[in-house]
Amino acid sequence: MAGVDIRGVRKAYGNVAVIHGVDVHIEDGEFVVLVGPSGCGKSTLLRMIAGLEEIADGTIAIGDTVVNHLPPKARDVAMVFQNYALYPHMTVFDNMAFSLMLKGASKSEMQERVNRAAEILNLQPYLLRYPRQLSGGQRQRVAMGRAIVRNPKVFLFDEPLSNLDAKLRVQMRTEIKALHQRLRVTTVYVTHDQIEAMTMADRIVVMHDGRVEQVGTPLELYDRPANTFVAGFIGSPAMNFLDAKMHRNGAGPVAILPGGQHLPLTTGASAGEGAPIRIGIRPEHFDLAPADVGVPAEVQVVEPTGAETFVQVDIAGISATAVFIERHAFTPGERIALVPKPGAVHVFDPASGARL
Amino acid sequence: MSAAIPDGRPVAADGPIKVWMIQAFLIFNSILMLYPIVIVVLSGFKSTAEIYSTPFSLPASFEPKNLVTIWEQTRFPRYLLNSLIVTVSSVTTILVVGTLAAYALARYRFRGNELIYLFFLSGLMVPLKLAIIPLFIQLTSLGLIDTQLGLILVYTAMGLPSAIFILTGFLRTLPFELEESARIDGASEGRIMWSIMLPLARPAMVIAGIHNAVPIWNDFFFPLVMVQTDRLKTLPQGLTIFMGEYNTEWGVLFAGLTLAALPITIVYMALSRQFISGLTHGAVK
Repeated sequence: MAGVDIRGVRKAYGNVAVIHGVDVHIEDGEFVVLVGPSGCGKSTLLRMIAGLEEIADGTIAIGDTVVNHLPPKARDVAMVFQNYALYPHMTVFDNMAFSLMLKGASKSEMQERVNRAAEILNLQPYLLRYPRQLSGGQRQRVAMGRAIVRNPKVFLFDEPLSNLDAKLRVQMRTEIKALHQRLRVTTVYVTHDQIEAMTMADRIVVMHDGRVEQVGTPLELYDRPANTFVAGFIGSPAMNFLDAKMHRNGAGPVAILPGGQHLPLTTGASAGEGAPIRIGIRPEHFDLAPADVGVPAEVQVVEPTGAETFVQVDIAGISATAVFIERHAFTPGERIALVPKPGAVHVFDPASGARL
Repeated sequence: MSAAIPDGRPVAADGPIKVWMIQAFLIFNSILMLYPIVIVVLSGFKSTAEIYSTPFSLPASFEPKNLVTIWEQTRFPRYLLNSLIVTVSSVTTILVVGTLAAYALARYRFRGNELIYLFFLSGLMVPLKLAIIPLFIQLTSLGLIDTQLGLILVYTAMGLPSAIFILTGFLRTLPFELEESARIDGASEGRIMWSIMLPLARPAMVIAGIHNAVPIWNDFFFPLVMVQTDRLKTLPQGLTIFMGEYNTEWGVLFAGLTLAALPITIVYMALSRQFISGLTHGAVK
């Protein structure tokens, strides 16, 4: 087993730079998720670790070995692809044993290792079937089995759950995490789904336009997003943003909303008096308030999910979302007042988007 | 009425009348196709006089007199063997060379890739028969006239463009993840081609094979021009001795034709399922 060290990695296709210098250190045994919108370079970065893309600049090391110029097979990594990439003309057993066969393993060793992997993944009944005879979830498991059999230093997952239906996706998510807790192999997992990232990762790398926006544990990203991009990307429904002005009074910094309401702040001290700021409030951090204290809002759409209720509101012409666990009987058009929970207001620089 | 539709086939919005019309058209079409073949087979049992007097009737007897004539008056087994040698060698060479070329063109990016592909394709547009005179001169100077090797080389050159066209198109459709997955699994380039890609390209290889085997087996032109020695003649060429300047033994000729068509028909039928699945690949995923 080994960690993965990515230093100053760049990549361009022709004149178009897609990765602008990425530095990430992944510890041995860690589960790291690369997350970001499509086209952010996360898959390219993963493929560079795998050796399927050349590295234009910088270095990638697995363990102590710089692998920039090693072919994929010499890097001792295993990869699970979005479309599984199972060999259609081989049985499940042969799919899983293929890499062992190439290494010249004996028949009994292949049997033993494939059977062990099949046992972990509950695939024993399907070893003699062909991929086309399996369901999506089973194919996914075979793809993982193929990776496990190799006993690699690093597992790479490229959006492995995107082709599954919603229910199966949740189930496989748990299975992959359980598998990692059992095997403790360093894992790099690419997804565009922030829920997957939040639920599975030890640490998340948020990428955007070929740059790393922030690296941290799921709760760090949720509690202290480094900029408006991370703040808006992590969390569902997404964070609400309102433009405001900084003001200091005796009690501490406050944000003055366009409507004149004051919101007490616990962060953002570095912004100067009167400076424009952008405040972010997560939908689940709104509380109902008396009309004279809260920010006035007009209810537009109410979406009950059972466990909680999403309420789309209009705050001074800006559309925002609030989530309540309580079952308030709102009607569209109703005027309510909202107040953020104490300490739950994030403050950003409207120009750079950075956290203040 | 819908009982006439084979089970399990979705009829969807089409009414039974439309289905019946399609069926009727297909049946009519197959009669149109099969009737001449039936006439050929039946005429093979008739004497020439019988063919002239009652061309469309059933033969008076099914005794294989004509087959005996062929057996006694020609070197039929020799011609059959020659046809086999020439066809099998040509098709094998076309497939081996064509697959290798197509694989490189389809799966690797390199300078001149497109140009080489177009060069091969341009072969589709050159009717080789028009070049018969220079070809003849060239083969003569190479000492390949009146040899089976000469025939095989000409057929290979003739078949490669279409084989490369078919195989390149097909190989390009195979997902790149399979290749990458195998590469991570530790497979060499050769192994990827041999163990992963070629097994999947089998339908296309069957198409390319049949597409070339049928015309080569039936070809009359090149053996006629290039082969004079009786011992080297192919089947279609050998049987022409019954086609005389003053009289033609039609019955014997038809019997020979039936015999000559038989092997390739059997091959075609044996592989037709793969042939069809190859043709419709991509259309139905």
